[in-house]
Amino acid sequence: MAYSDKVLDHYENPRNVGTLDKNDPNVGTGMVGAPACGDVMKLMIKVNDAGIIEDAKFKTYGCGSAIASSSLVTEWLKGKTIDEAYAIKNSAIAEELALPPVKIHCSVLAEDAIKAAVADIKAKQLAKETA
Amino acid sequence: MSASIEMPVLKDMFDENGLAKDTHGADAQPIYLDYSATTPVDPRVAAKMIPYITEHFGNPASRSHPYGWTAEKAVENAREEVAKLVGADPREIVWTSGATESNNLAIKGAANFYSEKGKHIITITTEHKAVIDAVRELERQGFTATYLDPEPNGLIDLEKFKAAIRPDTVLASVMFVNNEIGVIQDITAIGNICRENNIIFHVDAAQATGKVEIDLEKLPVDLMSFCAHKTYGPKGIGALYVRRKPRIRIEAQMHGGGHERGMRSGTLATHQIVGMGEAFKLAREEMVVENARILKLRNKLLHGLETMEEVYVNGDLEHRVPHNLNISFNYVEGESLIMAVKGIAVSSGSACTSASLEPSYVLRALGRSDELAHSSIRFSIGRFTTEEDIDYTINLMKSKIDKLRELSPLWEMFKDGIDLSKVQWAAH
Amino acid sequence: MSHVYFDHNATTALDNSVLEAMLPWLSAQSGNPTSRHTFGRSARDAVEHARAQVAEACGAYSSQVIFTSCGTEANNFAIKGMANHKPASQILTSAIEHPCVTRPALAMQALGFMSRQIAVDADGKVILENLKQQLAAPTSLVSVMLANNETGVIQDIAAIAEMARATGALMHTDAVQGLGKIPLNFADLNVHAMTISSHKIHGPQGAAALILDKRVDIEPLLLGGGQEKGLRSGTENVAAIIGFGAACELAVAKQKNYASHTLALRQQFEQGLTSINNTHNITVFGNKVARLSNTSFFGFDNIEGETLVMALDRKGYAVASGSACSSDSSEPSHVLLSMGIDADTARGAVRVTFGTNNTAEQVASFLAILNNELLRLKQLTAIAA
Repeated sequence: MAYSDKVLDHYENPRNVGTLDKNDPNVGTGMVGAPACGDVMKLMIKVNDAGIIEDAKFKTYGCGSAIASSSLVTEWLKGKTIDEAYAIKNSAIAEELALPPVKIHCSVLAEDAIKAAVADIKAKQLAKETA
Repeated sequence: MSASIEMPVLKDMFDENGLAKDTHGADAQPIYLDYSATTPVDPRVAAKMIPYITEHFGNPASRSHPYGWTAEKAVENAREEVAKLVGADPREIVWTSGATESNNLAIKGAANFYSEKGKHIITITTEHKAVIDAVRELERQGFTATYLDPEPNGLIDLEKFKAAIRPDTVLASVMFVNNEIGVIQDITAIGNICRENNIIFHVDAAQATGKVEIDLEKLPVDLMSFCAHKTYGPKGIGALYVRRKPRIRIEAQMHGGGHERGMRSGTLATHQIVGMGEAFKLAREEMVVENARILKLRNKLLHGLETMEEVYVNGDLEHRVPHNLNISFNYVEGESLIMAVKGIAVSSGSACTSASLEPSYVLRALGRSDELAHSSIRFSIGRFTTEEDIDYTINLMKSKIDKLRELSPLWEMFKDGIDLSKVQWAAH
Repeated sequence: MSHVYFDHNATTALDNSVLEAMLPWLSAQSGNPTSRHTFGRSARDAVEHARAQVAEACGAYSSQVIFTSCGTEANNFAIKGMANHKPASQILTSAIEHPCVTRPALAMQALGFMSRQIAVDADGKVILENLKQQLAAPTSLVSVMLANNETGVIQDIAAIAEMARATGALMHTDAVQGLGKIPLNFADLNVHAMTISSHKIHGPQGAAALILDKRVDIEPLLLGGGQEKGLRSGTENVAAIIGFGAACELAVAKQKNYASHTLALRQQFEQGLTSINNTHNITVFGNKVARLSNTSFFGFDNIEGETLVMALDRKGYAVASGSACSSDSSEPSHVLLSMGIDADTARGAVRVTFGTNNTAEQVASFLAILNNELLRLKQLTAIAA
């Protein structure tokens, strides 16, 4: 399988690997995929009171393209509002990394991870407001 | 058409003295630990072959001039060498283009010839594709087949084998040494069961020559497949052993000039046959010493890797050729693992299926989960592997596995004491 | 005594440049083309390069080239594999085919097919009228060789293919003897499948190919790892395939020179033959029709071909008395019998096939030796009689 230079770069030097405090009310977590399918992505975002993503961390069990997709989105997420984050499309990820057709699902998974993390933070915010 | 091919990025593995080169420099080639996929041709074998593609180029079937005679003599010498390694009579050796053809010829040839005796075949789910697909083809022609699962250690339970036998069982095919996990089946015991039940017994020994002792004078085996390129010989040549006493008959699958006493027509590639003969001769002479050396290297590799948590050896360690180590690294995804270990040339499962991302069917037959099957690496050690290669490999594996686990949410959950089997995954 | 090789239709010596191309792959290069690591990928690249060279040499696309272990395998694959996908009816092969075409056709009779032969005329050419009559019955497959290995006679394959196609039959040609000797174009021949082989064109033994129109359904002969897009399982014989590719490129580059060089040698030889014709009644087979430029197949009355071949060998000339593949037997050539030649003359036949490295001097001294041997044998047989 031939990987693009950008995939190899993210794979060799993944950005923002790690975890944030999942109990922090400002941290949203999205975990998608399943071990049996060969991919699990965990994405955590920290959102400030202005709704801007201050930090993003990931861990990924998966192929090089899955690792690169999640590494790339952590870079993109920082500084974005959660609404902007929600609007990120898998096609943009696939294009940036020049993913071959068989690896498009990795970018889909990364988009799903963003949506899951945003949903989690929104749920936490809602809980905070109603509390 | 461009005249020159981009010569592969590989450098020769040997220097001018035929010694393995130091391969650990800055721009070194990956270390070759995929000897079960194919072996390099031993330089001594290559040296024997070359005269037969240059000056002695005759067609061995040309009976009218010395070009043909020299070729024929070389072919018969090689046949003797192949026979010697496996305790056979040279007249029991039929040349083929490789183990795939040998397996196809043995299985279809015997099943077709003896089909009036019965139309049931027994084989094992961990056989090479060439065996499985030949049996499937016979099923389409009206045969029935039982595909036995091995035990979790890769070995066959003899009682289960016996239980699979039917009155109309005509043929059984069991591989000597598994290509992925290296386990050695009890061919004597299975063969005896076949004899007692009047079943023709075929054994795929492609991975066995030079690794385990084979004595067909004693082994109750009727047909046995061999190839050269797993035993430091050239690609494109193999052989089928066809027992003479008691005589086993097969129906030819390739018809023509009637070469190989009618069992396999087609012009024989003299230099390749010569190469196979020389390779098998070297295997016979050097097997004991070589296997002891390789076992030491394998154990060193095993002990080095075992210091990591959550590694699982696939297949029985005791009934196993020294050359093979197949290990799963839990919580690491297989394809990223292959990317991580670029410094070594290894295989995840059999080379023949690695174009697809399916988990190894052999590991699944042992009952391994998909995740563990996906995260498996087959290390296969050979004649030119050095202790330094093994040291390098252990260090590389440790650092890369650490890095990938650092990235892995599954590893993190495992470390947090979460039972992954109880997690509700969003399957996609 | 140095040997002179006049048996180029049996097999040919490996060309040095072909050997050069193969050498790295005969020793240290160790990849299995199916493996995904560096070693495997470089082997894969080399095999694909060779595939393009082979395709180029016979006017085919790379995707139409299926590598096999020898011409026999490719012919078995074509006959059994293609016929198997058609309803069992008849398989027509010409009466002068190599056994590796006729025997698989006969083997198909076990599966309900009928194997029938197409007659040839006295020159060794397929009788089109006979083919037409036979095609009136439902036919799955027609197989006619492009050029005969013994006589060198060239068939009009495109016309035969046209007739076969018109009835819905599939068409195969064994073009093993044509490659490198005459211009070869798969598309122009209009066949569904064509066999070519490496060791007849100064390439190594151990590689051949079936060129296949991929619209045709074919059943594999060898099942297993799924190499060659599932059509021919088994680890690729990398070194031989690379040699085959290199030999193809060379054959194409040299084809014109080859034809004129071998034609000149044959003209010299056959003119020489007529000059010794005074004492022996001689026939040159197929010399009234288009033949391969390198092939001369001839016979003398009352001379046993095998005896003459042995005598010539003792004098240092390697020639053949029939096709190598059937030379285990001393049966008269089936090709000549089909042409209506009587068994005695056929038994006396000798085949001389030239190659690029043969010279006019070799031909001249061979003629002299041949004359002497004929005289000697004539005396011996005269005494015996």
